[in-house]
Amino acid sequence: MLEYAWIIPLLPAASFFLILLFGKRLPFKGSELGIAAVGAAFVLAVVVNTQWFDHVNEAEHAGSEEAAASVEGSEGSEAAAEDEHFTVEPITEEVTWFQNDGLDIEVGMLLDGPAVMMLFVVTLVSLLVHVYSTDYVAGDRRYTHFFAFLSLFTASMLGLVMAKSTLQLIVCWELVGVCSFVLIGHWWEEKANSDAALKAFIVNRVGDVGLLCGVVTLYFASGATASERTFDILEINTRALAGDISHTALLVAACALVAAVMSKSGQFILHVWLPDAMAGPTPVSALIHAATMVVAGIFMVGRLYGVFYQGLSIGISTVNLLAVVGGVTVLGGAGLAFVQNDIKKVLAYSTVSQLGYMVMALGIGAWTAAFFHLFTHAFFKACLFLGSGSVSHAVHSFDMRKDMGGLRKWMPHTFWTFMIATAALIGIFPLAGFWSKDEILAGASQLGGNGNYVAFMVVGITGAMMTAAYMTRCVYLTFFGEFRGHGHPHESGPRIVVPLWILAGLAVVAGLANIPRLALWPDSFELRFEHFYEPKGAYFPSVLPSFAAPEFSPGIALASTLIGLFGIGLAYMWFWRDAGPQHLTERSRVAHAGYTFLVNKYYFDHLYVDVIAGGVKGPVARASNWINQNVIDGVVNGAGRLSLVAGRFVYDRIDQGVVDSVVDGSGFAAEGGGQLLRRLTSGKVQQYGALLFGATAIFAGVLIFVV
Amino acid sequence: MIAQNIFFYLLATLIVGSALAVVTTRNVVRSALYLVVVFAGVVGQYLLLAAEFVAVTQILVYIGAIMVLMLFGIMLTRARIGRDVQLTHDHWWIGLVTAVALVVVMGYALIDKFGDDALPRDTRIETVAGSNSATVSDALFSQFLIPFEVVSVLLLAALVGAIVLARKDRA
Amino acid sequence: MLNQFLLLGAALFCIGVYGVLARRNAVMVLMSIELILNAVNINLITFGAYHGDIVGAVFALFVIAVAAAEVGVGLAIVLIIYRNRHSVDFDDVDAMRG
Repeated sequence: MLEYAWIIPLLPAASFFLILLFGKRLPFKGSELGIAAVGAAFVLAVVVNTQWFDHVNEAEHAGSEEAAASVEGSEGSEAAAEDEHFTVEPITEEVTWFQNDGLDIEVGMLLDGPAVMMLFVVTLVSLLVHVYSTDYVAGDRRYTHFFAFLSLFTASMLGLVMAKSTLQLIVCWELVGVCSFVLIGHWWEEKANSDAALKAFIVNRVGDVGLLCGVVTLYFASGATASERTFDILEINTRALAGDISHTALLVAACALVAAVMSKSGQFILHVWLPDAMAGPTPVSALIHAATMVVAGIFMVGRLYGVFYQGLSIGISTVNLLAVVGGVTVLGGAGLAFVQNDIKKVLAYSTVSQLGYMVMALGIGAWTAAFFHLFTHAFFKACLFLGSGSVSHAVHSFDMRKDMGGLRKWMPHTFWTFMIATAALIGIFPLAGFWSKDEILAGASQLGGNGNYVAFMVVGITGAMMTAAYMTRCVYLTFFGEFRGHGHPHESGPRIVVPLWILAGLAVVAGLANIPRLALWPDSFELRFEHFYEPKGAYFPSVLPSFAAPEFSPGIALASTLIGLFGIGLAYMWFWRDAGPQHLTERSRVAHAGYTFLVNKYYFDHLYVDVIAGGVKGPVARASNWINQNVIDGVVNGAGRLSLVAGRFVYDRIDQGVVDSVVDGSGFAAEGGGQLLRRLTSGKVQQYGALLFGATAIFAGVLIFVV
Repeated sequence: MIAQNIFFYLLATLIVGSALAVVTTRNVVRSALYLVVVFAGVVGQYLLLAAEFVAVTQILVYIGAIMVLMLFGIMLTRARIGRDVQLTHDHWWIGLVTAVALVVVMGYALIDKFGDDALPRDTRIETVAGSNSATVSDALFSQFLIPFEVVSVLLLAALVGAIVLARKDRA
Repeated sequence: MLNQFLLLGAALFCIGVYGVLARRNAVMVLMSIELILNAVNINLITFGAYHGDIVGAVFALFVIAVAAAEVGVGLAIVLIIYRNRHSVDFDDVDAMRG
């Protein structure tokens, strides 16, 4: 199955076309096709995962045998087992797309650890979202269309995770962007929704410029001639790590690609589209803007990690662009989550913040921690979003302050799954978030050059506290207190609740996938995630000495848990007990200013729309108009007049004068020649005879004298 | 060979002179009579070349028949007999130039190729019964039978044609 | 010796050509044609004697026969022309002028 894993994206792609063509006529309006396709894809993804585990185990045995053979004694096998220095070959398939004079562009499939993991995550979350949507968007005006694009999105995301070359990556990247646009603007009749869709697409486009620049830079830096250059991800990574690509090129490419990460994964400063994207249906938010699409940027960084590792000198420095961007996002996103009244916006900023964690983790060199956090975050964030959807289904609104409160009485399933997922997000032991977040924090303190990335550890811990606080606020406003809405909310149906429980269950146990090394359990349970999913080969920085996996640090884990509980406690005190400086923003002007700053989302939107876009619109547009009207049109008109004059000249002098006289002259010549030749046909026989004999004499003379 | 040479040159002079007279004289009948002299000279040449049968045939046919025919033609076309008749074109020099060119070319070619050859002293024809006529007839009726018959038909055709052409129209 | 005969033939031929081209009277043109044919005959007989072959003489006979036929028909044509135009001047025979 591993060689045929490329079938997995094709199933949802086929269902996209089929749903578009036939969906409306089917009994379930196309949703059955979508669920069937994604379900089949999920089953195949599980099979692929199982086979991948076997593949890794085989490679490990082969590696340890080699190591044991090369190093004498039992020392060797111990070292091999501990360090796990074996190579796992990724499974690749490729076909040539087109060739052009030494340039060979191929498309294909690259299947290694991260790809296999993402296959599982994407298909699982997509399947659950599909089932959830059959209830959530039931009766919608574009039900079939919705499922078609969910399928297309799933297919594109799966294609992205298995992309073998950067070109394929770009294609699938754009495709997921398009699907995001379509799905956010699902109810485009309302202007706010279509605006949000456009904002998402355009801001992503800005980041895509960085993507294109990065890919092109890497292409040209990867070799000196067209036949050496490559778009292949494995090749680029291997060459970057071997030092075959110049450091400057890697730095430039890495910085350009960071722009792409900023836009796609909602990092500061191009995060502005993600909260607005909550205008789309909640399943869309859960699938795309929590679990899968936004992690495309993280995935891309993880795929091209060799480039980033070398380019930004991750292994040996204490601060770099990726880590800074991630760190700023963690705090910025968390800050904004405090002042939102819309439950989805809280979760959106929480997503931004958690993505910041992942980017920060990649920035400090903790690859496995980042991907493990991606893995766990997908589950509990999707659960949170779907839970918010369930709540909105009950109260027909997303506004926490106005329409929610005290819902735990009427919606127990939603309440408990939401609580579990919140606890996982905050990082309470032993739920999933605890393990993944602590690995990141541990990595911040252990990895890097002198002094390590301690600053980012502080950032991470602060973020953890803020996360705890705002999620507690959110939970309080939604499920506790007095019900402020109208009507009678009730629990949602099974198609909504069952996926919630599945995701909550995963949020609980997913953390066990990467249990760190403690003496409590056998070695074969430890670090399974890292064992199976971390790439081991020349294309991954693990070949470099500066790369290391963070060791579990009980001290940091304890500290972050306590701080998280402290954050919960603060929020509890504020909301349940009404303690602390309540209504501060009304009394203090400084606090009010700070609050306004947060409510206006740090004025980023103002900057982009009014300052940058407005600045271009006004003077630049007027200047270009002037140039167009006067300079360009002047040139065009002048060219027109010139050709008019030239044409007249050509006509009068050349055509009438020269050409016509030549034509007339040839006519005269022909006539004159004819008149002359006319005399030959006199009708006189003797003249003909004279010609005959004369010609004979001449020819004979020529024949005799000359030849 | 000397006698042969002398006679040849005598006859040649006669022939060429008469021929020139044929083409230049202004009297038609004189021109015809000069032609007769040319034919006679040619007969002499044939005899010098030991072609007796042809020589006699020449006399019979050419002088005897063809010239009479010519004279009849002159008479019937009422050519003015006298001296004051323009018998040559105004552009006679074209003909002169052509003829001179031809003779130069042919002369050069002949001298170039055959200048050193000589006629054999004795004719070496395989004669039949020592007689030229016999040899000719032998060849004519065996080897050249078909051309002989064809010529007969040709003469017939000419005869019939001449009669048809020359008879008066039944107007 | 051969040469002289051939040159004689050539000279006669060219005189005949001159006559054909320069003479106005149709009958005179026919006579010039006879000169040409005689030149050809001299040539044939000469070569026949040179090669010792009777074929030269035989061909000469054929030429004489054909010449006779030709004169017959030619004069008939001239007579017709005279009958139609009352003149045998070649300068007037240019109906094919074009």
